[in-house]
Amino acid sequence: MTEKKIVIPGEIIAEAKDNLPGEGTEKKGNDIVALRFGLAEESNRLVKVIPLSGIYQPRRGNLVIGKVENITFNGWVIDIGSAERAFLPLSEVPRYVNKDGLEEIMGIGDMVIVKIWSMNKRGIDLSIRSRELGKVEEGMIVKINPNKVPRIIGKEGSMINLIKDETKCNITVGQNGLIWIKGDKIEDELSSKKAILFISEKSFVVGLTEKVKKFLEEMKK
Amino acid sequence: MTNFKRPDGRKVDELRPMKAKVGVVPNADGSAMFQFGDTIAIAAVYGPKKMHPQHMQDPEKGTLRCTYNMLSFSVTDRIRPGPSRRSTEISKITGWALEPALMIDKYANMVVDVHINILQANASTRCAGINAAAMALAHAGIPMKDMVSSVSIGKLDKQLVVDVNKKEEDWEEGEGATDIPITFTNNGELTHLQLDGKITTKQLKEAIELARKSCKEIYEVQKEALKKVAE
Repeated sequence: MTEKKIVIPGEIIAEAKDNLPGEGTEKKGNDIVALRFGLAEESNRLVKVIPLSGIYQPRRGNLVIGKVENITFNGWVIDIGSAERAFLPLSEVPRYVNKDGLEEIMGIGDMVIVKIWSMNKRGIDLSIRSRELGKVEEGMIVKINPNKVPRIIGKEGSMINLIKDETKCNITVGQNGLIWIKGDKIEDELSSKKAILFISEKSFVVGLTEKVKKFLEEMKK
Repeated sequence: MTNFKRPDGRKVDELRPMKAKVGVVPNADGSAMFQFGDTIAIAAVYGPKKMHPQHMQDPEKGTLRCTYNMLSFSVTDRIRPGPSRRSTEISKITGWALEPALMIDKYANMVVDVHINILQANASTRCAGINAAAMALAHAGIPMKDMVSSVSIGKLDKQLVVDVNKKEEDWEEGEGATDIPITFTNNGELTHLQLDGKITTKQLKEAIELARKSCKEIYEVQKEALKKVAE
């Protein structure tokens, strides 16, 4: 099996004799069966299923965009679109913060770019200790299906760089499907938004990069 | 035996024309429609998400919460909207039929919500609901051991038939009608069987075998619909 194949739960993907079951699969007798709906892929004899739909599955190291949902005495609870609530501890803020001054840094409803620092039984811990991370002050946020994120980014960032170059906007794609766009002019931001929605709608079309290029050029006129 | 006449002219082991579609509710995390002739069910799945109210959380494993509802216009006599004795029972049963196939153990303190609505009813609504819900759960990316398919077997007088419709459900000749909804995983494991009526042990076994065969047909329809959504 070399090409990618859509599988449904319980469907046999490959023989267990010469393959190893990876994520989303299980060994059952002499076969490897899928445990979820998605694209079956084999690499180095490891068979796995890449999800095509469903809610965002957080992973360590993911860059995500979230909304401040609650403030506690030692940090912020952030909604990143996953089933588990994520927590951003106060110690992540590099300067001294008064215990009553948490709202001044981030209030409820603020959008924030964060990285998933660790995941454990209690929940997800976040980090903002990096240059590109932190509170979103301006620009706009677009929401798409989290499973379409790889399409927006493209191979080695080809798609996102194309949009960035064409619209001269600064774009940050969160793995949870939230995208932050910041440009000099609102028109640039809007055309970026249109391009992103265009990709997420037509994500199964072949030769998408070319089509997006045309789409962006037409919008410029 | 074979010259038994069904009201709509089907063979005894013939299902009504089936139709399935995945992704009918864009807002939901997973959704599907399943149709047996005139019976149409749509299912929407939300989650896994944090269980609310908090006292219902199960720290050991995830919970599956099903809600079955018949829309007021689904039958010719308007149904009073809202939960009823019948719909609560079917909600519970649907959950039991689906749960053995799901792998939601690792979603502690969380819930997977399944909402089933019957748009149009012509008997076998719970089976259509289960079939739609199974597809919607798969579409929502919930880990599952297998797909499940459900079919209702009817006993009209002494004759077993597959996929009963309303006319057959109200059969009055001879021994009358007995309706037996049965759910199978694709692997051939039985997850749900309901029976209220009289049937011999021998004939019940026959009914189960008949259902097993029909569930294979239903599975193919479900599989095709799921594969179509991704193109």
